[in-house]
Amino acid sequence: MADKKLDSLATERLIGIAWKWYDQMRDGLLPSISLPTRTKRNIAYDDESEVWKYGDRESTRSAGTAKSALHLLKMAYVIWFLKTQISQNRSSTLRELYYISEGWKRAKFQAQDESNFLIEDLEILTDMQREAFHLRPEEDGATIFGPMKLREMTRRGARDIHCQDDVGEAGYQIPTNVETVELLDHEAQFVIAIETGGMFARLIENGFDSEYGAILVHLKGQPARSTRRILNRINDQFGLPVVVFTDGDPWSYRIYASVAYGAIKSAHISEILATPKAQFVGVQPSDIRDYNLPSDGLNDKDIAALTSELTDPRFSSDYWKEQIELQLQLQVKSEQQAFAAKGLDFVTREYLPARLSDMGVL
Amino acid sequence: MDLAEELAKQQRSISVAEFFERNKHLLGFDSPTRGIITTIKEAVDNALDACEEAMVLPDIYIGIRRQSQEVIKIIVEDNGPGIVPRQVPYVFGKLLYGSRFHQIKQSRGQQGIGISAAVLYAQLTSGLPTAVISRTGPDSPAYRFEVQINIETNEPDVVSRSEVDWDRTHGTRIQIEFRSNLAARKRLIEYLKYTSVVNPHARIRLEIDDETVLFDRVSDEIIACPKAIRPHPHGIEIGQLRRMLGPESGTIEEFLTDSFSRVGKKTAREICGKAQVSCTQDAGSLSPAEQKQLIDAMQEAKIPPPQVTQCLSPIGEDLITRSLEKEFQMDFIRSRTRPGSVFSGHPFIIEAAIGYGGKLPPEGNAQIMRFANRVPLMYQQGACAITQAIAGINWKNYTIAQTGLPTGPLLILVHVASTSVPFTSESKDAIASIPEIEKEIVLALQDLGRDLKLFLSRRDKNRLQEDRARAVWAILPELAAKVAEIVEQDPPDISPIEGKVMRRLVVRKKTTGDGVVLELSNYTANQVTLSLYNISPNRAKDAHPPPDFVTELDGDYTKVWQISIGPGSSWKTSYSGQGGGTMEIRGVDPQQVVMVDFDG
Repeated sequence: MADKKLDSLATERLIGIAWKWYDQMRDGLLPSISLPTRTKRNIAYDDESEVWKYGDRESTRSAGTAKSALHLLKMAYVIWFLKTQISQNRSSTLRELYYISEGWKRAKFQAQDESNFLIEDLEILTDMQREAFHLRPEEDGATIFGPMKLREMTRRGARDIHCQDDVGEAGYQIPTNVETVELLDHEAQFVIAIETGGMFARLIENGFDSEYGAILVHLKGQPARSTRRILNRINDQFGLPVVVFTDGDPWSYRIYASVAYGAIKSAHISEILATPKAQFVGVQPSDIRDYNLPSDGLNDKDIAALTSELTDPRFSSDYWKEQIELQLQLQVKSEQQAFAAKGLDFVTREYLPARLSDMGVL
Repeated sequence: MDLAEELAKQQRSISVAEFFERNKHLLGFDSPTRGIITTIKEAVDNALDACEEAMVLPDIYIGIRRQSQEVIKIIVEDNGPGIVPRQVPYVFGKLLYGSRFHQIKQSRGQQGIGISAAVLYAQLTSGLPTAVISRTGPDSPAYRFEVQINIETNEPDVVSRSEVDWDRTHGTRIQIEFRSNLAARKRLIEYLKYTSVVNPHARIRLEIDDETVLFDRVSDEIIACPKAIRPHPHGIEIGQLRRMLGPESGTIEEFLTDSFSRVGKKTAREICGKAQVSCTQDAGSLSPAEQKQLIDAMQEAKIPPPQVTQCLSPIGEDLITRSLEKEFQMDFIRSRTRPGSVFSGHPFIIEAAIGYGGKLPPEGNAQIMRFANRVPLMYQQGACAITQAIAGINWKNYTIAQTGLPTGPLLILVHVASTSVPFTSESKDAIASIPEIEKEIVLALQDLGRDLKLFLSRRDKNRLQEDRARAVWAILPELAAKVAEIVEQDPPDISPIEGKVMRRLVVRKKTTGDGVVLELSNYTANQVTLSLYNISPNRAKDAHPPPDFVTELDGDYTKVWQISIGPGSSWKTSYSGQGGGTMEIRGVDPQQVVMVDFDG
């Protein structure tokens, strides 16, 4: 992890921000930063990398108002802290950073969202990932179960792990920093990323991984960066197709979108996080209709989320328009586990094989 | 004997004095507490009117002393023209005796009831006569009278009369004792404060028990005494017309042109034509029916409105503003004097002022100051046309909150000046609802409301700019220090940013272990000359440069520096101490000043 080259590059770029401010102030100018605006109106499809990235809209924050001046002051404190942390070869979590700011008086963060957001700003400004600043997220990485072999650099040395033979029933847990993991080999046909733990366990129990040569990845809700990164790498390195299997509601479509296209708040690193070729399996609104799945009615928030997705550039394809409009018409949503109504084996025997053949994966 | 005869024995005329004895509330003597205010009001009104007529700047002394548990002694002394000795008993000892009742001009008192009612009230409650000293000039002696009113006849009763030595060369002093208490003390001081606001040329000194309050004048200009005018045909009724018609009136045409204002020969002939009487007929010979025709014709005829300027004496915008500034500390004051107008043939002028912010109470209803002919109206606010006009305006248009009356740190002054102020009752507490008057009040206040709105929006804009200033002033030094630490350089000098961005006069106060530093940086394009006031518990004996003067009050020292700073230059002083306190700049437009108090 202690990559001296990366450390000096990160330090250099962080200090570069401070130098820019120093020069601005010396010249009698208000210090400022320019960042792309982080809204869905400002993400654009990049043809070359096939992912959604920030567009050309930039906003400049200069210390001309109390609010912006304070933002810059906080950023200066964070840069100063990270510079020290890197030089001492220490690391901390995002949550620890938030608590460390307690001692910064005026520059202290009011909420963790604020510090997380500021770190994302720094990633954009330096064009580096927060791991390079020795910052770790708390969130768990994904769990993997399937016919594939990898090597993890642990504190006790390198470990080679086969994700079926060397792991328990719960699967292999990837670390928060997946740059320490090396992908070695596989005997798989495709990767299936699953939203809920219940469905992940169902597929393992039914032996779906062995029967169809599937690498099962548990997303654990909205996927962490490390999860998206590992999907991106498996797809890229092994050339395996990636499919995403979630609940049939607007929030789950966003989980798929963040795997496939990247999240709005991390669009600056979409290239390494997103898997543009990832396909959506279901639950599709048309599945709810065709299989007559048990369902719940949509609430106001669901409807607002669906309506918002109709204008989200990531859902602008004909397929999504059709499905979302159908769901608004049906006014229902279903969970993955709703397939259990047809029997515990239905999902692995009937639904997935049929759906995956349709998609051309099997 | 029939009943009518029986009743006739009991039927007799009632003396005015007797009538008022029974109906004290009509004159503002409903309670002993209010009696004091009414007495002082009447005496002060008389004094101001007299001084105005004599063209002297009023210098009025009011003394209020407790004589015993229940008896209060009131003294009001003025430097007016005095009263000739033979008139003194009538002025003070006879109700309805006065000089202004038959004149058409703006004056405070009119009917000649007020002060004699006080005399009556005194003799009814304490049994004591009222003492009056008056002197008409340096060559005449001063006379002292003790006067009462004969209640049955309404004639003065002179208890004693003597020549006395008096240090004033001219003026009048009245001393009244009656049963009362000092519960109205606060209201009384307020009354005099209000009086002082609308009489900027007067100096009023009050001694109440052991406390002295001075309301000084803001203007040395003697106000032009309004001149009496002839009645206007539109403001006249049949009874008055009959009284005016005498054997020496001449022809109707002569009568009309000589006795009324704004009536020339052409108008007189038009009136005669409409009344179907001959212009050349002897006016005294008109039959009652013809008199009625004449007055109807006078109402119908098109006659220009009466001249307003000579018979009225508005205070003026500048003086109202200055007076209010003297008595109240506010951030915004504007006043308006409307052009003259007329209701029922009576000329009137509306003056209004609005004050905002400063030390006015930030919550609750606006403070309303009502005046009629330069006399404060202290009672029955809710019944007054002024209050109704204020409540009828939509103050939200001017970004002022409103629940019936406008609310917030707001002061509203309205002055109605007229030859005949339409009061709702003889106690002169409230102005009757006259559409012409209400309309003028509303117009004046709406005009002022627009100014206030502009002020408030500018102030809000200034607050935004101040936010900008605070960012630069309070955060930038810290940012500069941190950035310098990261890049391992000396902190950059950020004062050019301050100057460039702000173009202001920056006033900084900072306290450290070494003491207090006051620093002024002039980033404006001009030389500034100002006074810096710093109030804190520090004496600042070692200040360098030292303050130009220092005063102490309750352990707080007010230190004042007179400073002149060129554009782009700075000024600095420091002294030992713990800091705190306040800082103020005078002599520079507040919009040009940015105060940064690092202690605050």
